[in-house]
Amino acid sequence: MQLTDLTIHQLHDLLREGKTSAQEVTRAFLDRIAATDERVNAFITVCQQESLQQAAAADARLKAGDGAPLTGIPLALKDIFITEGLRTTCASQILNNFVPPYNGTAVAKLKEQGAVILGKLNMDEFAMGSSNENSAFGPVRNPWNGDCVPGGSSGGSAACVAARQAVATLGTDTGGSIRQPAAHCGVVGLKPTYGLVSRYGVIAYASSLDQVGPITRDVEDCAILLGAVAGYDPADSTSVDQPVPDYRATLKDGVKGLKVGLPKEYFIEGLDPAVKQAVEKAVDTLRGLGAEPVEVSLPHTDYAVACYYLIATAEASSNLARYDGVRYGQRVDQDRGLIDMYMQSRAAGFGPEVKRRIMLGTYALSSGYYDAYYLKAQKVRTLIRQDFLDAFNQVDVILTPVAPTPAFRIGEKTADPLQMYLSDIFTIPVNLAGTCGMSLPCGFSQEGLPIGLQLIGRPFGEETLLRTAYAFEQASDWHRQQAPL
Amino acid sequence: MLSKYEVVIGLEVHAQLTTDTKIFCNCSTTFGNEPNSQTCPVCLGLPGALPVLNKKVVDYAIRTGLATECTIAPRSIFARKNYFYPDLPKGYQISQFELPICEHGRLDIETAEGSKTIGITRIHMEEDAGKLLHDSSEGSRVDLNRACTPLMEIVSEPDMRSADQAIAYLKKLHQIVVYLGVCDGNLEEGSFRCDANVSIRPWGQKEFGTRAELKNINSFRFIKQAIDYEVQRQADILEEGGRVIQETRLFDTASGTTRSMRSKEEANDYRYFPDPDLVPLLVSEEWIEQARLELPELPAAKIERFIKEYDIPRYDAEVLAAERANADYYDALVKLHGNGKLCSNWVMGEVQRALKDSDLAIGDCPVTPQMLAGMLGRIDDNTISGKIAKKVFDAMWQSGKDADTIIEEQELKQVTDLSAIEPAIDEILAANPGQVAEYRGGKDKLLGFFVGQVMKATKGKANPAALNELLKKKLAGE
Repeated sequence: MQLTDLTIHQLHDLLREGKTSAQEVTRAFLDRIAATDERVNAFITVCQQESLQQAAAADARLKAGDGAPLTGIPLALKDIFITEGLRTTCASQILNNFVPPYNGTAVAKLKEQGAVILGKLNMDEFAMGSSNENSAFGPVRNPWNGDCVPGGSSGGSAACVAARQAVATLGTDTGGSIRQPAAHCGVVGLKPTYGLVSRYGVIAYASSLDQVGPITRDVEDCAILLGAVAGYDPADSTSVDQPVPDYRATLKDGVKGLKVGLPKEYFIEGLDPAVKQAVEKAVDTLRGLGAEPVEVSLPHTDYAVACYYLIATAEASSNLARYDGVRYGQRVDQDRGLIDMYMQSRAAGFGPEVKRRIMLGTYALSSGYYDAYYLKAQKVRTLIRQDFLDAFNQVDVILTPVAPTPAFRIGEKTADPLQMYLSDIFTIPVNLAGTCGMSLPCGFSQEGLPIGLQLIGRPFGEETLLRTAYAFEQASDWHRQQAPL
Repeated sequence: MLSKYEVVIGLEVHAQLTTDTKIFCNCSTTFGNEPNSQTCPVCLGLPGALPVLNKKVVDYAIRTGLATECTIAPRSIFARKNYFYPDLPKGYQISQFELPICEHGRLDIETAEGSKTIGITRIHMEEDAGKLLHDSSEGSRVDLNRACTPLMEIVSEPDMRSADQAIAYLKKLHQIVVYLGVCDGNLEEGSFRCDANVSIRPWGQKEFGTRAELKNINSFRFIKQAIDYEVQRQADILEEGGRVIQETRLFDTASGTTRSMRSKEEANDYRYFPDPDLVPLLVSEEWIEQARLELPELPAAKIERFIKEYDIPRYDAEVLAAERANADYYDALVKLHGNGKLCSNWVMGEVQRALKDSDLAIGDCPVTPQMLAGMLGRIDDNTISGKIAKKVFDAMWQSGKDADTIIEEQELKQVTDLSAIEPAIDEILAANPGQVAEYRGGKDKLLGFFVGQVMKATKGKANPAALNELLKKKLAGE
């Protein structure tokens, strides 16, 4: 067993007992990054020196007996998190030189605990994409098969954990951007309920849908990392003021009598047979543990993707207006006036998918179209949320596939954006409903690609999600499989 | 020609609020500091930064709404107004659009044409933009100190029918926001700015004419100029058989004219939508009631109270109530002294004169109501005359000492028992035998000459009534 194979809780025990040091662990991960990232391309920025400095500080803290669960634990962050003094690109040309003067709330919380930040991770530009092919820093490759995508948009965050380049990472999820890459890379990912984790200092894609969440090697790590970043933040008006439970305390409570909803709209034709089989087996496993599967209906599922691509793009068109070349980021100025500077800077700075979504969103908000598109989509969103609330009157958690297929090949869907958009068909409704969902490994395809199981919980039902996932994980060994890298 | 048309005016006022911090962050709102020294990730529009609403701004908007009889919305929404400009760091302005905090208010105005009620359509909160500095040879620079400063936009109904009514409305509104303490009302610094929607229509026509929106009017005087010019311009167009087009026009203060900025076709599509970074603003009944309790007495009520309680003429009451600080000074003075009319004479007279001479606001007046009341008491008890009082007032102003000290130090106490100065009077009569003879020959007016001489000799301390009496006696040869 190598240090880079261990989980947060395992490493924490070793660090506390003095059996290893944060510097030793950090060096092991830096070596692993150096050895593997040419093949994976998970990192945009590696913090070689800073991470070792942080590790030294963590060692001093551990020696003083002042270690928190994340003290000395090497983590990495999706490059969407604002990090003081550390370049933050959002995988976009337009921010390729942007060094923020402040830390976001989630990052500050990790730093307070003394976590070591190994670097910033590749992603789809501005979190727009499902394959991590839309990056100004090149595509990320799936550690299980270098010809396949890792999923997106937090492709770097998921691939990094699967490649054992960091113990765990933070990602963001707007329509499935944590869960779908976690599924494709065979790791655990959780998208919290909207409002549980502060968005302050997270570059906005679609503000009403974005949430920060952990990507980890196992469910216990997921509980630890979620607990570390969750909680009310006065700097984010949409964060919810309520106490954060101790997610680890209820992990082992089991699933006896738990009602598990199977939405009939999610088990449809077109679902890859391997995915279907793996998910059905997972249902059997849970039944064996005492859970009660129940069929439920989420009748407005069909409208979710269309609804999402109106609301998310509308918000994005406005959120991305600040990248105008005036105060920060890349400016292209040929001295032909202000409008020209705007157009040239944005034309050169944004990639094609970002431009496509800005145009779509601008259109949806335009006078004469607002009612038919944006407003209608908001009404549909309310119906989708109601679907989930109705279902949760009958069941405690909902179980679905994460994605209709395992990871697809690089280049396979780039020519057809609509096909690409459909890879998030099972994850998008959760963001629209504002509730929580997680992805955990539940099998492999014949080609040896991981398959993910999605558990969806009530708003602020993360404890139930984690305890269900933990029970399943204990009864399986999918999470112990390692990518051949 | 103008008499053929009726003028229709609606006004949009932007009032900058006097909160210490900005509307969506904790940066200071102080005016005139080093460019970009009052900024943070939020008002710089940095990636990842989020707005948090300043409750005080809401409080100020509620107060203004209550003072103008608006309905306060229990739920209102902040929206994004999207457009590109270098002084707008986020590429959108956070404002209110569909659901503003206040609606359906009114303001009563008085003009020579009589009294009139002007409807207030809405009041909403929004952030200001930054400022472009064009004085650099290398190009323009952006100062974001003003970005995110809280503004209140107060939109009237198109209820005004003349420039005079527009001015009366603006003055009234200005008075109210300053009274409430929500805006400093400084027109030069742009704390209170106005856009005017102006159209004309033939008398009797029901439909409104096509309007022009006039921008950049930053004084009450310019309002009249801008509206008069615009009405004439539109009338000329109609007289020549043309059509007025809907457009935004800029008022040029130098020439007193307006010129086209952009037409309706060129107007931005602002793509307003609810800001997902801010939750709906909920205002409880209790909050509104609390704000109502904290409302200060407004000018109209104050005028009536002054007339009734202090028994002063309406004219005095209106002058005194025009500015809150002035009214507060007067109020404090009467409460200490009691004689409403004597107090109003002094506040409107000597106090204003002295303030003007030293270019001070009444809040900085060196003679406090306590000091002035003390001095007026000395007039009442005949210690000093009204004339000497002015001297005492000036001395208080200069020295900050109270009236009694000054009267004592400068020996200004009025002499009522004239036996002490009788020798001086006799001397004066003896020294001016010619005038005495003339007086005795029937030239009564010469009494003033003798009074003047005695006052000069006694440094004005003689009680004027007693002196007159005595002089008459002596001149009569008694």
